Amino acid sequence: MLELRFHGRGGQGTVLAAKILADAVLRAGTGWCMAIPEFGVERRGAPVTAYARISDGPVRLRSRIYRPDAVVVLDPAAARGDAPLAGLKPGGALVVNSDLSPEAAAERWPGHRVVAIPGRSIALKHRLGPAATPLVNTAMAGAVCALFGLADEESIASAVREAVPVKPEANEAAAREAFAFALPFRLEEALHAAAR
Amino acid sequence: MRKVLTGNQAAAWAAALASVDVVAAYPITPATQVCETLAELQASGHYKGRYVKVESEHSAMSALLGAASAGARTFTATSSQGLAYMHEMLHWVSGARLPIVMVDVNRALAAPWNLWSDQSDSLSQRDTGWLQFYCASNQEVLDTTLMAFKISERLRLPSMVIMDGFTLSHTYEPVDVPGAEEVARFLPPWREPSALDPKRPAAYGALALPKEFTRLRRRLENDMQRALETILEISSEFEEAFGRSYGLIEPYRVGDAEALLFCAGAAASTMQEAVDALRARGKAAGGVRLRVARPFPTYSVRALSRPGVPWAVVDRAFSPGSGGVFRQELEAALYPLSRHPSVRGYIAGLGGADVTVELLSEIWEDAVLDRKDSTEAWMEDAR
Repeated sequence: MLELRFHGRGGQGTVLAAKILADAVLRAGTGWCMAIPEFGVERRGAPVTAYARISDGPVRLRSRIYRPDAVVVLDPAAARGDAPLAGLKPGGALVVNSDLSPEAAAERWPGHRVVAIPGRSIALKHRLGPAATPLVNTAMAGAVCALFGLADEESIASAVREAVPVKPEANEAAAREAFAFALPFRLEEALHAAAR
Repeated sequence: MRKVLTGNQAAAWAAALASVDVVAAYPITPATQVCETLAELQASGHYKGRYVKVESEHSAMSALLGAASAGARTFTATSSQGLAYMHEMLHWVSGARLPIVMVDVNRALAAPWNLWSDQSDSLSQRDTGWLQFYCASNQEVLDTTLMAFKISERLRLPSMVIMDGFTLSHTYEPVDVPGAEEVARFLPPWREPSALDPKRPAAYGALALPKEFTRLRRRLENDMQRALETILEISSEFEEAFGRSYGLIEPYRVGDAEALLFCAGAAASTMQEAVDALRARGKAAGGVRLRVARPFPTYSVRALSRPGVPWAVVDRAFSPGSGGVFRQELEAALYPLSRHPSVRGYIAGLGGADVTVELLSEIWEDAVLDRKDSTEAWMEDAR
């Protein structure tokens, strides 16, 4: 079982990213995915956490995730604090929305397997949200599918198209672009070994 | 067809597939999404019944009482304070023997204000004459809601289908949504011969003198007891149609267990993981999930009980002054056995506190010592 934790801010579509992932896994027929939102007092801009468990079969474990195999950070400002790295397994991955080069990202978050996904740039290129608060959720969901081998490109593309309330084509294009960007950094085998 | 759905959406799909005639809608966190989804399903043509917007939960139940008296198949969903506000009407509905189906999304009762799951809302309504089903997955929410219509209509008793707030209500997972034709074969329309009808005027709910009143209450209790069998009958009809099977309780690795965990709801799904984790460490752990709490499956739990094998009840609700609700009910069920095992209570998971594998393992490790100490333990969320 692979356990992921998402960090974002209210209004960024963090929970929707986890839901899209669950739908993509179902469409790909590769396993089972449970997407769990952490509900606090909901307001725009407040830190938001969501979780996803991916397994070969039905998931019975229904607690929150305290020791994730990987964390996905949608809001780069949130990655400056300690919360996103709390409980991350040794050798676990940090997937962060950032324009940093692989080398610079590795230096910025030492001791972790870091993958920087230019989610913000991809979102703005496809006109998803204003520059101050770009909507990076669909790009990051696409990247996560590629990084962990959770779903093929067509499955994530159709899951995105159906899930978003507006701009289905732009969101799909963002997910595809991030998927292609992330593919060379694939982490699946290393993480499956860690999960075992 | 498999879809990724929240527990709330699964409940709404079930109501639409059951071809409900009347939905009464009033919002409350975390149940609001049930009625929102039904509005969407009405807009997309999947739900063809009436959608009545009311001004309170008390009115929601009153509207369904009227509709069901006229022979309509009815549905609503609520939670916490909303369920508490319905209390008076819940008694009325069961006394009038109306087969209303309601989803309750478990949420703690205020004060202090809290949005998250525990079972104090549904368990404070346990004496209202409604059947109570506690679900452990979103698939089970959909399946149980479908079955509840058939069970309720056969017994003329209302059903409360219960799921954990957020842990099920807002969590997405794959759910097999059956086709409308399949459901129609399993669940034909309800025909109530004594339904209110202006062409045949009649008065309902007249004053009953003590003798009639007692007889009617006794009949209600007999039908509640009969429900244990009816639920199993309809579960096997459901299994035949859809291939998924449900019992009154769900035992897990109990055969050689040295102590048994006992709980209801989503925590009981996690409990199976806890049992496996304990087994992996060489401990003979087992667990029993309580699925149907009203009527209480007394004979089913007795059949699993063995002398010297203690039960550890994980209660997400308590009655101030007498402790964990399910602990008391299990004790009462097992007490008549000549060599009844000890039952130890653990209050956990209140107000949304997480019930983890670690917490359940700690509870089992304590219970297996069988210390014959009746003190109830209070377990805090580790966070």
